[in-house]
Amino acid sequence: MKQITAILEGFGSTLLLLLRALSFSGTLVRQRARFFEQCYLIGYTTLPIVAILSFFIGSVLALQAGYSMQNFGTQQFIGSLVGLSMARELGPVMVAILVAGRVGSAIAAELASMKVYQEVDALETMNIPPARMLVLPRLAAALVMVPVLALIGDLVGWFGGALVSKYTSIISIEPEAYFAVLRRYTHFKDVVNGLLKAEVFGFVVVLVCCNIGLNTRGGPREIGASVTRAVVTSLILILVVDYFLTQVLM
Amino acid sequence: MPSASHTRNPFTHVETPAVGVAVEHLTKNFGSLKVLKDVSFTVEPGEIFVLMGPSGSGKSVLLKHVVGLEYPTSGRVMVDGHDAASELTRERVRMALVFQSGALFNSLSVYDNLALYPREHRVADEAGIREKVMHALRILSLEGAARKFPADLSGGMKKRVAIARALVMEPQLMLYDEPTSELDPVMSATISEIIASLREEYHVTTIVVSHDRDLALNIADRVGILMDGKLIFLGPPSELREPKDPVVADFLAPKIDLQHPRFKKLET
Ligand SMILES: Nc1ncnc2c1ncn2[C@@H]1O[C@H](COP(=O)(O)OP(=O)(O)OP(=O)(O)O)[C@@H](O)[C@H]1O
Ligand SMILES: [Mg+2]
Repeated sequence: MKQITAILEGFGSTLLLLLRALSFSGTLVRQRARFFEQCYLIGYTTLPIVAILSFFIGSVLALQAGYSMQNFGTQQFIGSLVGLSMARELGPVMVAILVAGRVGSAIAAELASMKVYQEVDALETMNIPPARMLVLPRLAAALVMVPVLALIGDLVGWFGGALVSKYTSIISIEPEAYFAVLRRYTHFKDVVNGLLKAEVFGFVVVLVCCNIGLNTRGGPREIGASVTRAVVTSLILILVVDYFLTQVLM
Repeated sequence: MPSASHTRNPFTHVETPAVGVAVEHLTKNFGSLKVLKDVSFTVEPGEIFVLMGPSGSGKSVLLKHVVGLEYPTSGRVMVDGHDAASELTRERVRMALVFQSGALFNSLSVYDNLALYPREHRVADEAGIREKVMHALRILSLEGAARKFPADLSGGMKKRVAIARALVMEPQLMLYDEPTSELDPVMSATISEIIASLREEYHVTTIVVSHDRDLALNIADRVGILMDGKLIFLGPPSELREPKDPVVADFLAPKIDLQHPRFKKLET
């Protein structure tokens, strides 16, 4: 019972925070310095790991597909498998998970420590709403940057699949053939669907992490607890939202 | 004395009437802990009210009610006739609270800490803001610290930066939570002078939480003493020189009695 009320409370406060932040959207132009700083942080902290992980996920996909397809002699279709799974599912979900781990945790830690050390209280007494100064630029930056990261992830993953397909003896498919199949079966719509998913995931992750950070109560020990809660909640939400979004975007 | 009159004053203080504060039957519980118990008093516009009391008696909690960071369990606090618990009050009345811990923005330099309020509220252009900020830093002898970050400051410097940050806001209502607690005697006296001269020049209503007897006796118009969540004394500082109530007398001038130490009495 207690858990249920806690979940509902969290949901309600997140929604309120979102509405408050949105009510200040007009100030975004004025806050562009903060917006660009957050864009840089999200892109900079996550891009290298997104590239590395996407590369290996694309490679593993190709390898596994090659292994199971050799029984049917359908290796030439590997491009479509890697292309579609990367674009529709693995690219966006993986980027979202990395954003939760690198960006979400950092946001939760920063806002939680601002809360614990009364910096948020100070902002409020200065009549500077935290939703405006701390949350809005981060949300906007997530909206812009996470799809970009996902697109880069897609491309790197496809490339990884192509490399594996060429150099693995059980597959041995030239990149031209691989990409021809990939292009034939992976439509523009699939890629856009995936980027849309990434956008929603990134937005949810950043919003939830902001809310958990700002609702931290107590001393420095709670900062760590908030970070853990923020990341775990983000991961669960990514997978739950993913299910429903996939249904909608079928 | 680094009084504001020696330098040209860039504070473009628009003539806004000073505001009064009324604390009405304020009661606050944290769970089962009763922190404030039916506290009532008023602070007149332009008055300096000093709130004293032992550690843990609820002084900081009371200040937070005035700026709307805590909400009363019952009773209310009115600022200039508006309920302090409403967010609109912050928009109507410029209030500044100097937090006991300073509450400086750790990710911003001292200069940016001070400049945040005028920048966010677009009170002036960057040159005007610079003038205001440097003026406030000069008053508190902090010119050298402008580019430092809060983590690199001493406790007393943090406190002064917090006061400077509040000055830049040009508040109508100024609340200080133990402004002199970590300062040397000269700096403490300077802070007392700043508090008093701000009131003289701008008619700022001021509430100071402090254990500093000199500050209370010298600059207060009225003093309140909070003990165990109740106001046990309310009156002009002159009455504190010879208090009638033995509890008040002991709080203000505790005798250090090595033969019968206080902490041993607790054990029996
Ligand atoms: N958010 C809170 N939750 C629970 N208890 C609190 C909270 N804030 C304050 N208290 C309790 O309220 C009481 C009064 O605290 P407060 O900070 O007002 O004391 P104080 O008079 O300012 O003391 P000091 O002179 O040491 O600063 C303390 O017992 C404290 O533990
Ligand atoms: Mg206190």
